[in-house]
Amino acid sequence: MRIGEFDLLEPRLRLGDAVEAAFDWFTDTFRTALDGVSAALTGAYNLLTDILLLAPFYVVIVILAVLALVVRSWRFALFTMASFYLIVAMDQWYTAMHTLSLVLVAAAVAVALSIPLGILAAKSNTFEGIIRPVLDFMQTMPPLVYLIPALAAFGVGVTGGIVATVIFAMPPGVRFTNLAIRQVDTEVVEAGQAFGASPRRILRQIQLPLALPTIMAGINQVIMLSLSMVVLAAFVGAAGLGGEVINALMRLDVPQGAEAGLAVVILAIYLDRMVAALADRAPVVRASRVRT
Amino acid sequence: MATIRAEGLYKIFGRKAEQALRLLEDGADREEVLRLGVTPAVVDASFEVKEGEIFVVMGLSGSGKSTLIRMLNGLWEPTAGHVHIDDVDIARIGSKRLRQVRKDKIGMVFQHFALLPHRTVVENAAYALDIQGMGKRERFDRAAEALKMVGLGGWEEKFPAQLSGGMKQRVGLARALASGSDVMLMDEAFSALDPLIRREMQDQLIELQARLGKTIVFITHDLNEAMRLGDRIAMMREGRIVQIGTAEEVLNDPATDYVAQFVADVDRTRVLTAESIMEPAQAVIGAGTGPRTALRTMREYQVGFAFVAARDRTFRGTVRDEDVAVATNRGDSSLDNILDPAAIAVHRDTLLADLFGPACESSAPLAVVDDEHRLVGVIPRVTLLAAMASAATDGTEAPQHGESGDASGPDADTAATYEGSGR
Repeated sequence: MRIGEFDLLEPRLRLGDAVEAAFDWFTDTFRTALDGVSAALTGAYNLLTDILLLAPFYVVIVILAVLALVVRSWRFALFTMASFYLIVAMDQWYTAMHTLSLVLVAAAVAVALSIPLGILAAKSNTFEGIIRPVLDFMQTMPPLVYLIPALAAFGVGVTGGIVATVIFAMPPGVRFTNLAIRQVDTEVVEAGQAFGASPRRILRQIQLPLALPTIMAGINQVIMLSLSMVVLAAFVGAAGLGGEVINALMRLDVPQGAEAGLAVVILAIYLDRMVAALADRAPVVRASRVRT
Repeated sequence: MATIRAEGLYKIFGRKAEQALRLLEDGADREEVLRLGVTPAVVDASFEVKEGEIFVVMGLSGSGKSTLIRMLNGLWEPTAGHVHIDDVDIARIGSKRLRQVRKDKIGMVFQHFALLPHRTVVENAAYALDIQGMGKRERFDRAAEALKMVGLGGWEEKFPAQLSGGMKQRVGLARALASGSDVMLMDEAFSALDPLIRREMQDQLIELQARLGKTIVFITHDLNEAMRLGDRIAMMREGRIVQIGTAEEVLNDPATDYVAQFVADVDRTRVLTAESIMEPAQAVIGAGTGPRTALRTMREYQVGFAFVAARDRTFRGTVRDEDVAVATNRGDSSLDNILDPAAIAVHRDTLLADLFGPACESSAPLAVVDDEHRLVGVIPRVTLLAAMASAATDGTEAPQHGESGDASGPDADTAATYEGSGR
């Protein structure tokens, strides 16, 4: 039972080969663009890491604590000081700052890409129909798989890690933005239209401000996913806490694994609480809290 | 000032809208069209709203009234038909010109207020002006003025979350007033408010309208509200306008059984006015007439009272036959001595409910006068009672009209709502 090369009873479709061919074509065709992306991402990452590691650790900790105080509370500022000091004490400062830079760069890119896509999805049902299965695909694919093309396109190093992280972390950003804008009270949007506002003005003055708390929840998700992916990105040579974790895994080094893991958790708590506090300062949320 | 003219408006939701439209235009009935899987929200609606008029569109939920009002400012594009605001057919212009027409001419007030929660009261009231591109100081001044008009002076810096429902809607009203547009579309504007506040807002709207004379289209499902506010009322059912007329016309001459059943529950004494039940005054005597002539006139009409009016028909008072007889015997030359100056005159717009008191105080028929105090008619007690009696019989008769038991007619629940609201 054969149809050409294909045996119906012992089927084997070389789908992976096709993907590789398409991928090769893509990397060859867009080589210059990819190099540009690589340079930009590496540049941003190096700059941020340099800044974080140039100053003595206590200066950085104080700055992070002051941010915590401004955005949230003195209790959170105290927590920040203690927990980041713990990172130093566990000898994870250097790696933690690399990880922090990776997360910030990757999350920034993911947010910058996902919010416009989310807005587009909210405005157009057709676009939403197209992007929804793509997002499903991106989220269900095992994250390690993203590392393969990232490695192939960008080689060993930081860029591949960041790109894989961006792809992995983007979906909730798009989903939350789309949902947030669609959930804005239709009457308020109609009010804008009824008084003659342009779609752009309605987006800027009505939809985005009212959607902001939900969009912030999406951004929080993006950051958390980035953090979990950045650890995996160590497999393609991205430095940081992920490298420590993988080393510990190889050598069954429980103490090192525990310390690196704890440092990741501390970063996660800090970023999560900071974003949550920022969401709480959205104008809509503040205005709903005022009392007579 | 502005007028609105709708001609043959259709709005059909669903994929096969065009097909459904052709069927409806050929006179197909609703059931047939529903089988296509479409929703005919508005079917062949034509009406004209005059300058300075409050035009109420009245219907139950699902009757298409909200869709109809949204076609008047182009929020929904009609499946067929025309909407003229002054001379511009807004169903046929591009989005840019449509936005300009909305900025210049049309304000809107929403059921759930539709305020921006993150902006202060004055910023909300100024929002339409912001869209028009007016500078900050000028638009805040205009907004503050509008807020004062609706009784919200001093609340400028509050946020909507700090306001009660009635106050929020006042901000919504101020926003529409500040925009400076001549047309105001009010979509169930008072429906979300509790009955007492709703009544207050209705009074305020009537008072504002007397001063500003906007062209208002007001959507409601509350018949009493419709009767109170509307110069004219369009009754809607299943997307069609079944009757357009004044409150009295709708009450006294319902076009369909549906309307009749609907208005059966209305408290007529709060809708009908003195003018609608008054009779022509027959025994009217000139102010300069002597008792002898007066007596002759009264005998002629076989009445116990006569109404005395000046040459320009200004009402002066009433005289009783016994007094006139006495005056004749005394040889008086005028009626001045026996004229009852306390004779009761009511304005032609007085509601029936407010006539009972005066009718009790005087045994003479009530004189009905206009703005210039000119006598325009009379209401004997019998007439007043007869008007009441017909209201009562209509109320009991109504369920016998065709559609009782039909699920689509106004059922007991909705009737209860009307009773609970606005009275």
